[in-house]
Amino acid sequence: MSVTTSASAHPAALALAGRHRVRWWEAIPWILALAFFFAFPRNLGFGTDLLVTILFALSLDLALGYAGIVTLGHAAFFGAGAYTVGILAHEGIWTEPITSLILAACVAAFIGLASGLVLLRTTGLTLLMLTLCTMGLLEESANMGAAYTGGFDGLPSLPIPPLLGLFEFNPLYPKTQYLYVLAVLFICFVFTRTLVYSPFGQSLTGIRENTLRMHAVGAPVRARLVICYTISAAMAGIAGGIWAQANAYVNLSTLGLERAATVLIILVLGGYGRLYGAFIGAVAYMALSHFLARVYPTAWQLGLGLLLVLIALFARNGILGLWDSLRRRLRRKRAS
Amino acid sequence: MTEPLLETRALSRNFGALAAARDINFRLEPGARHALIGPNGAGKTTFINLLTGVLQPTEGQVFLKGHDITGVAQAQRVKLGVARTFQINRLFRGLSVLENVYIAVAERLGAAPSMVVPAGQRGDVVEEAMQLLEMLKLADDAGHRISELPYGRQRLVELAIALGLKPEVLLLDEPAAGVPSAESHIILDAVAALPKHIGVLIIDHDMDLVFRFAERITVMVSGAIFAEGTPREIGANPEVRAVYLGQAGHG
Repeated sequence: MSVTTSASAHPAALALAGRHRVRWWEAIPWILALAFFFAFPRNLGFGTDLLVTILFALSLDLALGYAGIVTLGHAAFFGAGAYTVGILAHEGIWTEPITSLILAACVAAFIGLASGLVLLRTTGLTLLMLTLCTMGLLEESANMGAAYTGGFDGLPSLPIPPLLGLFEFNPLYPKTQYLYVLAVLFICFVFTRTLVYSPFGQSLTGIRENTLRMHAVGAPVRARLVICYTISAAMAGIAGGIWAQANAYVNLSTLGLERAATVLIILVLGGYGRLYGAFIGAVAYMALSHFLARVYPTAWQLGLGLLLVLIALFARNGILGLWDSLRRRLRRKRAS
Repeated sequence: MTEPLLETRALSRNFGALAAARDINFRLEPGARHALIGPNGAGKTTFINLLTGVLQPTEGQVFLKGHDITGVAQAQRVKLGVARTFQINRLFRGLSVLENVYIAVAERLGAAPSMVVPAGQRGDVVEEAMQLLEMLKLADDAGHRISELPYGRQRLVELAIALGLKPEVLLLDEPAAGVPSAESHIILDAVAALPKHIGVLIIDHDMDLVFRFAERITVMVSGAIFAEGTPREIGANPEVRAVYLGQAGHG
């Protein structure tokens, strides 16, 4: 055993030092997304929806997958972002897409910060219920404040000016929307990726793995959680805002339990706490519901439910977790 | 008399009608090798929790180097140099051994709030974590997940995390608990090799460990200090033998 080599040349240290490096396969999702743009010009509406869902799931992954914040109310921030864009455009106050999106992020971040300061004192089931309640409160406010939010009907036909003053948002042929969402998703992804590989991200995984020990190493646990929750809320707000821009309307569906539960299912399906779980999960969920709805138009959700039961029983870490354990098993077989 | 590193004055803690700590006056000297023993339920872990700020005392005060830290929160006390290990492992189980120690070192060096630089590029943190692992002969396991390690080696990681905080006061809550006796010498060696300037308080049931390690022993019974002295004095104290050592089967 050599003891003289520098400690940082140890394989484990090298692995840690290099884990943030971009791998070749990380280009695949983006190449596929661009290929989709050229290959399926008729399905860009579906594609846009898929990309927004990935962005939303990514925001949830930061809070749930990395920091272990169990939430069932993440649509609160999606809705906050969507209504920010919607109300500003509907009232004719502000319509420019990119700056509206930044405002949507700010509003959602503020709600995340304010609610996080209170909610993140709790954990587990209490936290789950409180996040659900927060979302319920927002949903009901949107329902009641019909003068601004359009109530149950929402705000239809929002006037969204061309992106950068050049590219029209055409609802029937959403080329602009698709590329716009793809670009925003890419920026948010790079941001998230940087964050999770940073020392801050490492401390979030520490909180997820053992909160009590994090206190005992002197970490300001609650402050870290609130910061993470706020960032996650901002990103969910961007997802909601861009959804409103792409569809040119807002309604109560952006705030509901159904959206919050769906994104949770997507993340569990794909594998939480892994950057690409959001991608795999969203694609798998959308493709599966599309397929099942065609085969069993009346009971397609039953198939989805069964699949979820199977995932919960046999593949706790989702599709990516399955893939990982499969690879590990293959490697072990090759080694022996 | 020198100023004690850690001191408690009339420290008490009640859980309802139960007095888990009663009027404890305790001193830990700089560089001490001090052991705390006592039968199950004597309040040893409660005492540690009072020292580290997990629990607030009902009455009394805790002083660190002469400063009253009674109202100081747990995370803050860590920054002031008070670290502990746990009786039952509290590790980041899904992470690698290196990452476990990295988290502690990153907190101490103030690297943890950084969001931009990749964790592995903080060479100072990685280097120090690896040196600790080498010191505890854990380097070969650095890349393994905690859940892949045998329990004895997990106990060493428990110690490595605490040492990553560079404490002045180190509280070891049964460091060898649950470790097969064939492996417990690794823990004992590690404890014996701790830097001299650290004041160490060790709780343990293992009398071999306590008498080999400690220069001073405090015996707790029913939440109160029952006796204190050198190992020789404690070993010769007939009352201690009656309530504790006798029960433990040491003749």
